[in-house]
Amino acid sequence: MLSTTPAHSPTQEIGQDGRALLEIRGLTKEFGGLKAVNNFDISISRGELIGLIGPNGAGKTTVFNLITGIYVATQGSIKYKDTELIGLQPHEITRLGIARTFQNIRLFPTLTVLDNVRIAYHTHAGYSMFDAITHSPHYQKAEKELTEKAQEFLSVFNLHTRQGEIAKNLPYGEQRRLEIARALAASPELLLLDEPAAGMNPKEVASLMDLIHFIRERFNLTILLIEHQMRVVMGICERITVMDFGEVIARGTPEEIQNNEKVIEAYLGRGAAALSQKLQEKRSHVAGS
Amino acid sequence: MNNEQLTLLQRIIKGKWIGKGFLALLALAVIWWVGGKALQSPPLFFQQIINGIQLGFVYALIALGYTMVYGIVRLINFAHGDVFMFGAFVSFFSVSQFQLHLWPIKALPSLPPALGIVIGTLSVILLSMVSCAILAMTIERIAYKPLRDAPRISALITAIGVSFFLEYFGALPFVFTPNFITYKRPFDIVTWYIQGGIHRLEAGAEAPPGSVIFSNVLIIIIVVSILLLVGLNYIVRQTKIGKAMRATAYDKPTSRLMGINVDGVISTTFAIGASLAGAAGVLYATAYPQVVFWMGIIPGLKAFVAAVLGGIGSIPGAFVGALIMGQAEVLSAGYISTPMRDAVAFTILILVLLIRPTGIFGEPEREKA
Amino acid sequence: MKLDRHTLGFWIVLIGLIVLIQILVSLGILSPFWETLLKIGAVMSIVSLGLNLIYGFNGQFSLGQWGFYAIGAYAAADVTYRWTQMNNASGLMVLLLVVALVGIAFFLTAKLVARLRGLDPLSAFALYIVAVLIAAVIGVQLGRVLIAPATQILSSLPPNLSLQIVYLIAVLLGGCLAAEVSYLFGLPVLTLGSDYFGIATLGFTIIVKVLLDNSDTLLGFEEMKGARGMVGIPKTTSWLWVALFLIIVIILLRNLLHSSHGRAIISVREDEIAAKAMGIDVAQQKTIAFVLGSFLAGLAGGLYAHINGFLHPNTFNFIKSFDPMIIVVFGGLGSVSGTIMAAFTWALVLEGFLRILLPAGFETWRFVVYPLFLLVMMLLRPQGLFGGFEFPYLRQVLPKPYTPKTEEQLSLVHAIEEASEGD
Repeated sequence: MLSTTPAHSPTQEIGQDGRALLEIRGLTKEFGGLKAVNNFDISISRGELIGLIGPNGAGKTTVFNLITGIYVATQGSIKYKDTELIGLQPHEITRLGIARTFQNIRLFPTLTVLDNVRIAYHTHAGYSMFDAITHSPHYQKAEKELTEKAQEFLSVFNLHTRQGEIAKNLPYGEQRRLEIARALAASPELLLLDEPAAGMNPKEVASLMDLIHFIRERFNLTILLIEHQMRVVMGICERITVMDFGEVIARGTPEEIQNNEKVIEAYLGRGAAALSQKLQEKRSHVAGS
Repeated sequence: MNNEQLTLLQRIIKGKWIGKGFLALLALAVIWWVGGKALQSPPLFFQQIINGIQLGFVYALIALGYTMVYGIVRLINFAHGDVFMFGAFVSFFSVSQFQLHLWPIKALPSLPPALGIVIGTLSVILLSMVSCAILAMTIERIAYKPLRDAPRISALITAIGVSFFLEYFGALPFVFTPNFITYKRPFDIVTWYIQGGIHRLEAGAEAPPGSVIFSNVLIIIIVVSILLLVGLNYIVRQTKIGKAMRATAYDKPTSRLMGINVDGVISTTFAIGASLAGAAGVLYATAYPQVVFWMGIIPGLKAFVAAVLGGIGSIPGAFVGALIMGQAEVLSAGYISTPMRDAVAFTILILVLLIRPTGIFGEPEREKA
Repeated sequence: MKLDRHTLGFWIVLIGLIVLIQILVSLGILSPFWETLLKIGAVMSIVSLGLNLIYGFNGQFSLGQWGFYAIGAYAAADVTYRWTQMNNASGLMVLLLVVALVGIAFFLTAKLVARLRGLDPLSAFALYIVAVLIAAVIGVQLGRVLIAPATQILSSLPPNLSLQIVYLIAVLLGGCLAAEVSYLFGLPVLTLGSDYFGIATLGFTIIVKVLLDNSDTLLGFEEMKGARGMVGIPKTTSWLWVALFLIIVIILLRNLLHSSHGRAIISVREDEIAAKAMGIDVAQQKTIAFVLGSFLAGLAGGLYAHINGFLHPNTFNFIKSFDPMIIVVFGGLGSVSGTIMAAFTWALVLEGFLRILLPAGFETWRFVVYPLFLLVMMLLRPQGLFGGFEFPYLRQVLPKPYTPKTEEQLSLVHAIEEASEGD
């Protein structure tokens, strides 16, 4: 596997503080004999923004589902801050500090915008069932704090004027933003974004890229991003891992990936790869002359 | 992970030994109980087994409809048991009111009487099957089709509503009446007993003690069920509509793109399942000659449990599950207490769901889109 | 807590209605027939609220509500029966200790299972069964020891007071017993898909009915008299008792739903996977909703048992278990107000007026018309008659709109506004 990873330098494996936040080794998932993910490796350091790309059906979302515990891996290990995630329940994984969004937005559709965010705070609510059913003074105080926090969050995403709106009635772009806001309310350190730019027009994509940059700074996040559109990943990611048919076919910086034959082949097919090579040769020829 | 490093406790957990021990104890208790009773009186035990086979085949025919419909539209068709009831009533009326079973003898007097009765009985079964198929297609068209894209539970509630409607419409005084009605079989019953060979039991005579008896009802149930099963297997495996059914069960949108008339396939599936239930209704009524408007509820639920036990969506599974359910019911009724047979059926359901929710022939995990 | 005008109005109307009915009953203007129907309406409200919590708010399609209702009814009835007919507190003390010890056993086993990471469901279930059996046996033995002193203490009180005390505890214990049974039953079946869960719970109702039919032989409770029906239960449930219980249930349920715990329960209905991704323990929330809902069913059962003083297993036939489901579907999934109104409508109109107004043959027609209503409902208005409507007190109040306070927050909002201008 490792032989197919051209840009495999030590600095990429180990972060600034000397150890990776998320370390995946030899991850494999089979569905009835079909290997959806095969021997997948990745290492993410604190504060990085990493892209995971690949054509449809390459296994990117399966990797997310494995990290977040929705699927149980057939083989391999996923270490998050030295905790093995395989075998943990999804909610336990979230409580360790990993939050995600979904490719096809999964809000709590018939609840209000405010409640969507407040649910993400449930694990930090800090009052018992008894407090809840009696509406004790402790409940009053904690609930007020929780609500204010949620509202503050909404205001960060410029959704505070929408707090009473039913989530499914929001326009598409706001639903995406709400989903990110909700994921951040679970107070993660590692954020997994699954095709956040799906269904957006170029202008929206541009603003989304700004938003991702912004939340990364503001909330001190490490981000792993799945994206189908090359443009987005190339624009914001520092490092990129490319998958095809469940396997990693390339890693590297956006520039390296852009010129990687295997990647072009995976995306456009063999003929296109040859064509692109010719084009490049021509270009370099022109540049050279 | 290295096996040597595991402590004893970890090994117990990893090997699921507590659960396995629990099951082993449970199985042991059942074997001990049933085995002890069986040794007390082996003929009685064999009698129970034969009764269980008779019941199991009827359940199999009902279970197939459940499993096919569930496999294709993911709906527990609650009304299926009432379609079964409808089949029994159709045959009741065709025999008692219209003497349908006598038409071959009336129309073709030169026919040997035995053949005439066979043809007559088969026509009764066929009429029930066709009527049930029409009923099920109507239900599907009116009640289920509009809800195909609604949440699954809406469809389930609708199915419960349809089931109620069929039952209580049947209970109206001018329809089937709310009372038990004695069912008139389309043929005369012939009984044999086994005691050092098979002997014919004369009508009205008592079978000698210690013998096992069976009747032509058992033979008819087995023969008709096997014929229907073979026919169903042929339809599903060999014909174009069978292929379309399997494709639709696997992936509806893609099947539609491939040019399959999905609505037609679903409708056909309901019709085939219902016709099997209709045949089961006739057979059940000949075996236990009483009909009443609510007779379909409990057999329907048990057949559903049989389908889950075998692995829902699987045709051989439904068959095997139904045979097991037949035995379990008869043995628990015979050896524990008669009312317990309903409780045992659902205990089996809960155990199956705990141990192997996909059932005996269930499919493995598939990636969700 | 400040009362706004609407909430105050709601309470005045509600309490006024209850008092008015009590006055009419006391003056003999309201016949016992209608009084009973009103009580049944309140009892059905409680059962259906429990079901709405499970199905409407948590999204688990349960047909087991009627089985838990039966458990609560028979358990509470047995306690008061033994007190009034056999003049001892045997039912009370044994049930009390069994419920308490089984509760402790659940608690300890849950801790043990949590510590044994990765235990498969069947093994966990086996551990629970063993723990419950041990706790129940100890409970029965300990309870027997305490019968005599408890009988003595209760006998020293005025007879009517002691009966009311025994009755109150019996009803609560009936609810607790139902809750504990639901916990045990929920372990294997709650993780199933919704329709499998429905069938399994339907099976549960059928099993309970079969056991009640044979309560005198199989279970060994001679006073329950199996399929002949249990008679001689004191008719302790007055209108004020049911009204009091209904109000408490409404308040507690409303409080729960307007809290973070309630939102966690609702999030499971909305989207299980998203809920998990938000750190919500979906299995736990399902258990909480199922156990609380079953508690309400058991509680209502206990109240019901003391209305007519007569229980028969046929009342708990699974066909009748569709009544609360119909009430919940008509009243509106996830609507507390709708459920209560539908339950009273069901009792007063379907069981009352129509039975009086329509000829005798209507009984059979009723069940022909019911399902047709249900079908039309599912097709035309699947959210129920009252949809998302709630009475003022039960309504979710939005907090005051948020205004960014500090300069820093304001600048953040501007930054994000700029960043998200595209959408």
